[in-house]
Amino acid sequence: MANTQAMCTSFKVDAMNGLHAFGASVIRGATTKDTFKGALYFASATVGAGTTAYSATGEVGNSGSYAAGGIAFTTATAPNSTGTTAFFTPSASWTTGSGFSATAFDCILMYNDTAAGKNAVASFTFGSQTIVAGTFTLTMPTNDATTGLIRIA
Amino acid sequence: MSKTPPLIMTTKGLMAENLLRRVDTHAENDNEIVDAVEYYVGEELVHRSAHVHLKKSLEAALTEQGAFNG
Repeated sequence: MANTQAMCTSFKVDAMNGLHAFGASVIRGATTKDTFKGALYFASATVGAGTTAYSATGEVGNSGSYAAGGIAFTTATAPNSTGTTAFFTPSASWTTGSGFSATAFDCILMYNDTAAGKNAVASFTFGSQTIVAGTFTLTMPTNDATTGLIRIA
Repeated sequence: MSKTPPLIMTTKGLMAENLLRRVDTHAENDNEIVDAVEYYVGEELVHRSAHVHLKKSLEAALTEQGAFNG
């Protein structure tokens, strides 16, 4: 057995849990998990890697149960790791609920709704969708090191 | 005993499903699987719901750490 150079897998999970701060951090109000929301954006918007926080610019309008800022993800399952990959996946499908209408949207931004800055986490794109008096549902992939929604390898 | 048809939320309010024309669609590509159901009154789209299953998740690589003498 020899020493090996490696990024510790536990660090990846800890990073997902906000345990380390190499730079100036924030004073957290509690040790409880944050609330993460999903906001839908028109195909004409420009959400992506350069997005730093939630913005209403380009977001679909209020409709049915959907209001500006979007709808929370269900996060009952904490980040985990297998092998050297840490992963996290919302624990249930994300849905607008019924009676929702919006035209030509193709992106959902996951962001931290607890953080004062509404900091962005990730954007996910899909084929442009139009919903008419209906429901839009996103099914989550299997929560593992290969297909988990957010993975740090 | 006749079975009451389900009610569908439409742009015209709740309507009995048997008064509507239903179109189911299924599409799949490398990124997602989309199942959608549409209801029409004549040629007018009055309801559309979609179910998207994302196939590609996001992976960040944090393993490119530096070396002290590398």
